[in-house]
Amino acid sequence: MTLMPAVGLIPGVALISAAPMDWSPIRISLETSATATLITLVAGLAAAAWRERRTGPTAVIVDGIFLLPLVLPPTVVGFLLLLLFGRNGPLGQMLLRLGTTVVFSWSATVIAAAVISFPLMYLTARAALEQVDPRLLEAGQTLGASEWRSFRQIALPLAWPGILAGTILSFARALGEFGATLMIAGNIPGRTATIPIAIYFAVEANDVPRAAAWCAIDVVISLVLLAGLYSWSRALPAGRARWAGR
Amino acid sequence: MGGALAVALEVHIAKRLRDFTLDVSFTATGAPLGILGPSGAGKSMLLRSVAGLVRPDRGRIALNGRVLFESDRRVNVSARDRHIGMLFQHYALFPHLTVAQNVAFGLQDLPRPRRELRLAQALDRTHAAALSDRYPRQISGGEQQRAALARALSIEPQALLLDEPLAALDTHLRSQMETLLQETFAAFERPALVVSHNMEEAYRLAAQLLVLMRGRVVAFGPREEIFLRPPTLEVARLTGCKNFSRARPIAETTVEALDWECRLRTTRPLPAPIAHVGLRAHHIDFVEADGAGLNNENVFPCWLVRSSETPFRVTLYLRLHRAPREGEEPHLQAEVFKEKWERFRTCPLPWHVRLSPDSLFAMPE
Repeated sequence: MTLMPAVGLIPGVALISAAPMDWSPIRISLETSATATLITLVAGLAAAAWRERRTGPTAVIVDGIFLLPLVLPPTVVGFLLLLLFGRNGPLGQMLLRLGTTVVFSWSATVIAAAVISFPLMYLTARAALEQVDPRLLEAGQTLGASEWRSFRQIALPLAWPGILAGTILSFARALGEFGATLMIAGNIPGRTATIPIAIYFAVEANDVPRAAAWCAIDVVISLVLLAGLYSWSRALPAGRARWAGR
Repeated sequence: MGGALAVALEVHIAKRLRDFTLDVSFTATGAPLGILGPSGAGKSMLLRSVAGLVRPDRGRIALNGRVLFESDRRVNVSARDRHIGMLFQHYALFPHLTVAQNVAFGLQDLPRPRRELRLAQALDRTHAAALSDRYPRQISGGEQQRAALARALSIEPQALLLDEPLAALDTHLRSQMETLLQETFAAFERPALVVSHNMEEAYRLAAQLLVLMRGRVVAFGPREEIFLRPPTLEVARLTGCKNFSRARPIAETTVEALDWECRLRTTRPLPAPIAHVGLRAHHIDFVEADGAGLNNENVFPCWLVRSSETPFRVTLYLRLHRAPREGEEPHLQAEVFKEKWERFRTCPLPWHVRLSPDSLFAMPE
């Protein structure tokens, strides 16, 4: 990473930050969000597909657990993750025996972002899958298709616009994740310091130009990604336009 | 398997539904069987049970000697392994796939050359080849129906299930589709169940009918039999009969029609106990007032209460025996062609009707 003085965007406060700029939060944020989104996409889809075929009390309880990260303050989620993955936590113990630990590492930023953004993916994927006419899946069955094939070839392409929306939401949420990340991953420059964390510590260190610069960068990244995803969704071959009778 | 009359599909199932229990037993041969019943009688549930999309509570389903479901032995072959083609009520074509991709959906496990061949054959059979590259939204209802039928036939199913195949089509397309279905059945020579709530549709498509009401089989047999001698009042109504009277037997072939206030002779000996007699609207004959026919049995004077016209026929609502007083309901509905009605509409009342002993049928209850 090139080191250069950060240029503040708020005129009249301070134009040039004292310390040189460390660009690694951009890379960390993007890598974390992308990895977390990939995980939530797979996990959210699997959970939504599982939930779709179930009713009754178990399904409701599982629903509650799945949606908890959306309702709880991120710090609470982070604290719970810390209990789970910490040295004395059940998962932490297991990982320790495998000779590794995730707390305060890059993996921890991914875990925090994935857990926090999971409910958004799960909710939108479920809504999208529920929109698929069940008779289409039944038709698939009578034609000899396995459940997995019906899911892949019928449900998934038809629910795709909704799932894509869920992916965008999840990515955006992962990009903005702060509370849980701070709890479980901390602020290790070059390893766990994402853009939101860099902003927080810049403000705390009274480095307003640096905080402002990071804010501006965050806005630009978000806009570019949303625009990209939007145009990509419009160009999708299996998109709605293809079979809408145009 | 043997000839066309060998039993190929055996169904004995019971399934508890919300309002009643579906409890059905029948066998079908290599010929279409019409399943007729009002909405909510359990027709679709029966079809879905045979297809393997729902699981009956108990019973047995066998196709060509292969057990598909047997509750006692815990056999329940999944829908995808039953090799039963199903035509869904609103076709259920995959909207994101072309017609060709839809039809080929069930052929994915075949090697490419055979797949192409089977696809072409299936499209050909339903005259859908020209639609290959179109998406379902881009074609008409009748074309979607042909594509869906091609898709159901593509897997070379052991049986075919059709859920209201003509219901969503307008009159012109309906007769085209009817012809296509008749061709299909003739070539298919395996069991085909055709569900319908429309008696004429069921009659035209299948020589054998099964009438389902509130989950139970109330009639099962050749269509002529069911239409000529409906076993119950419900079946008679469902098959379009309009005239009924409560009845009391007097002798072996004589009955007192309580609502029509007359004694009637019948050709066939009456079943006992008898609860109602019925007569179809187009079986009521009008006899000349000065003719010799007046002295025949089952001839009664009648007065016109009101009439209603369709392009070629007229329905006459009649009161027997006496001129109707204000507010009195008609006894009978008679349906005659307009030309015939033109001949006697100006004749002075009363007219005379003959309730032919051949056409009268009795229904026990």
